[in-house]
Amino acid sequence: MGSAPSLPAWEIRNLAHTTGFTSEQIEILHRRFLHLTDGKATMSKDCFDNIPDLESNPIKSRIVNAFFDQRNLGLQSYGTVDEITFENFLTTLSFFQHMDENHTKEDLEYYKTEKLQFLFRMYDTNGDGKITLEELREIIDDLLSKTSNTEKTSSSIADAAMMEAANTCGGQMEPDQQYDGITFNDFLQIMQDIKIESKMHVRFLNMDTSAICK
Amino acid sequence: MYSRFCLLSLLLGCLIQLSLCSDTAVSVQGEQDHEQGNTTAKGRSGESRNKSSKAFPVVTVDFAHVRSPFVVALWILLASVLKLGFHFFPKLSSVVPESCLLVCVGLIVGGLLKTVGETPPILRADVFFFYLLPPIILDAGYFLPVRPFTENLGTILCFAVIGTLWNAAFVGVGLYAVCQIKGSGLEKITLLPNLLFGSIISAVDPVAVLAVFEEIHINELLHILVFGESLLNDAVTVVLYHLLEEYSYAPHIGAKEVILGILSFFVVALGGIFVGVFYGIIAAFTSRFTSRLRVIEPLFVFLYSYMAYLCSEIFHLSGIMALIACGVVMRPYVEANISHKSHTTIKYFLKMWSSVSETLIFIFLGVSTLAGEHHWDWIFISCTLIFCLIGRILGVLGLTFILNKFRIVKLTPKDQFIISYGGLRGAIAFSLGYLLNEKFPRILFLTAIITIIFFTVFVQGMTIRPLVELLAVKKKQDSRRSINEEIHTQFLDHLLTGIEDVCGHYGHHHWKDKLNRFNKKYIKKCLITGERSKEPQLIAFYHKMEMKNAIEMVASGGLPKFPSSVSMQTPRRRSTLSERLLPTLTKEREEEVRKILRENLQKTRQRV
Repeated sequence: MGSAPSLPAWEIRNLAHTTGFTSEQIEILHRRFLHLTDGKATMSKDCFDNIPDLESNPIKSRIVNAFFDQRNLGLQSYGTVDEITFENFLTTLSFFQHMDENHTKEDLEYYKTEKLQFLFRMYDTNGDGKITLEELREIIDDLLSKTSNTEKTSSSIADAAMMEAANTCGGQMEPDQQYDGITFNDFLQIMQDIKIESKMHVRFLNMDTSAICK
Repeated sequence: MYSRFCLLSLLLGCLIQLSLCSDTAVSVQGEQDHEQGNTTAKGRSGESRNKSSKAFPVVTVDFAHVRSPFVVALWILLASVLKLGFHFFPKLSSVVPESCLLVCVGLIVGGLLKTVGETPPILRADVFFFYLLPPIILDAGYFLPVRPFTENLGTILCFAVIGTLWNAAFVGVGLYAVCQIKGSGLEKITLLPNLLFGSIISAVDPVAVLAVFEEIHINELLHILVFGESLLNDAVTVVLYHLLEEYSYAPHIGAKEVILGILSFFVVALGGIFVGVFYGIIAAFTSRFTSRLRVIEPLFVFLYSYMAYLCSEIFHLSGIMALIACGVVMRPYVEANISHKSHTTIKYFLKMWSSVSETLIFIFLGVSTLAGEHHWDWIFISCTLIFCLIGRILGVLGLTFILNKFRIVKLTPKDQFIISYGGLRGAIAFSLGYLLNEKFPRILFLTAIITIIFFTVFVQGMTIRPLVELLAVKKKQDSRRSINEEIHTQFLDHLLTGIEDVCGHYGHHHWKDKLNRFNKKYIKKCLITGERSKEPQLIAFYHKMEMKNAIEMVASGGLPKFPSSVSMQTPRRRSTLSERLLPTLTKEREEEVRKILRENLQKTRQRV
């Protein structure tokens, strides 16, 4: 790994400012990025196939898509890009930073909403702003890893989950309205009790990039 | 009012019987002890004389040969009736925690027995460690909430090991300094007995913590921190106790002894866990074959756990850690194998035994106070109290300061206060003190231990509830685990593992995921019968939830219109909800859903 080009100091400072990582973490992640892309400056989807541990992950495709999702990269439109730069890579990873108490309360609320937005986008694959029954069923199919004879049970689990969500969130609706999907606000309400935003972080401290893929 | 009167009269009956039978018991005992040699000859000849002169006795009274089981049963009956009685006085039980009331009752009973002229029974250490303590620990271990425990394991271990060592050292050295003050009359107590005393008194007691914390319903994090600490510090206490007892004979302490001590700690802790895991696996394996004879399934759970405890006691390993490890390891596999009825049986038997044990322990603490001799020394005892309190506060503050640098969810000062205030001492300290050798100032130590226990149980136990209200500490959330929660938690686990893999970071989630996959691939196949070994966790959870809801449905009378994952609402709301949901669920789908639920219910019912 000695021949890998390192980033100039001004770029590291820039990235630290925009994404919130420290310069050490940026250097380590940059080395990792170059390892995955084989030295190229941009990353495509098949770079992720080099990671053997990711193969056995049931939601691998969703994770990979999340890196290429335009909404995560700050662009308002829906769709995926084909190649991402190192800055995009860092932006996606910055959703998993830990927010310590040095920030103000509004900042913490903002970061929490951002993290939950990221999670919501992973569920809402067609980007219409609602998690429908179909999408929920696909998630459950993924989690069950499509083992045999699970179609019937997965649809009943999805129905049960949707029913529960409708119950918690549908209380404010008019009697004539239909409940056709979990919107982001409903999602926030469900997640309220679970406090997932405090669990959604990865420690970026001690990473040994040499102990990795093939 | 009438029920209270009946209860009181029942209670009085028990007490009178108790004093009567200990009266006859002691008198019979006295005869047997002193006149052993003569009794046999005299008795036999007396009997034969009686037989020849009197007619055949139609009614005889022979209390001696049922004495032991009778007294034991009577004590347990007394304890249970008392526990029942407390719930008839809600005002009293809301102010004073049950443990305090039980100790008071123990004092009253002890006083009664003393006035009758008999020696009240003391809480014997072997009875305590072999019969009273295991049910409580097994109940705690089997129903331990594993996820919050493993998430906070680092913090818990820090408090258990470093915190206990610090407390023991602080109290021991502090008391040694006090003892050296000329004129206190305590110069004879050297450093090692003081350290030994410090190690006995510094351990947070799981029984006392359970008894008090059960009633105040604080949030899960604080509960698991204090409770986990009380369970895991057993290893430290065992090692320190045996170590210091051994070294009190040795004239010189060098580096070798310290190293041996540290080594012994690892052996005791890891050995206890290993024994527990071993028996847990065997228990899980046995439960695989019990489908033909469902009735003895609970027995295997209890017996294997008890064997784990006793086995670890053979080697002086930590019995408590063995029990916890056995329960935690055994539970997921056994629950997948046993019938629903056995599951209920295990749950209620464990709760019953642990409840009775706890009651007996506190009553006997009260009785034992009046039973033994006491040596009251103002300086020693007041200094012990002060050092214990200050040591605990300093320890918690210091450790939290360091731990907060590594923790994600930081511990606030309120949390720290509750953790230090919740460091209650209990019967384990008393029993360890009771086991001390005569060469230590045992009576003084026992008096001090009892004083500390009384202080923590009464003062801290009574005031912790109003303090919790005053400080507005977060209470336990009564939420049932919903299917949404399960889905999202699993999804997040996979997501975080994936991100860690992308970053190349072999962290927490990576190893947890590897363990889960290893478990699914190899271990579950061995330890779970038939089809259920391949069942994914989400489906198992879903079945369990539906089963629970279905039972509730049937208990409340009649099936409502909709699948039961909906929480109960007013009928009017439900009908509007159903109208809202019907457009997405067509009639066929609705029928399908209901059919699936019925099938699942039948399938799970067949396993019962």
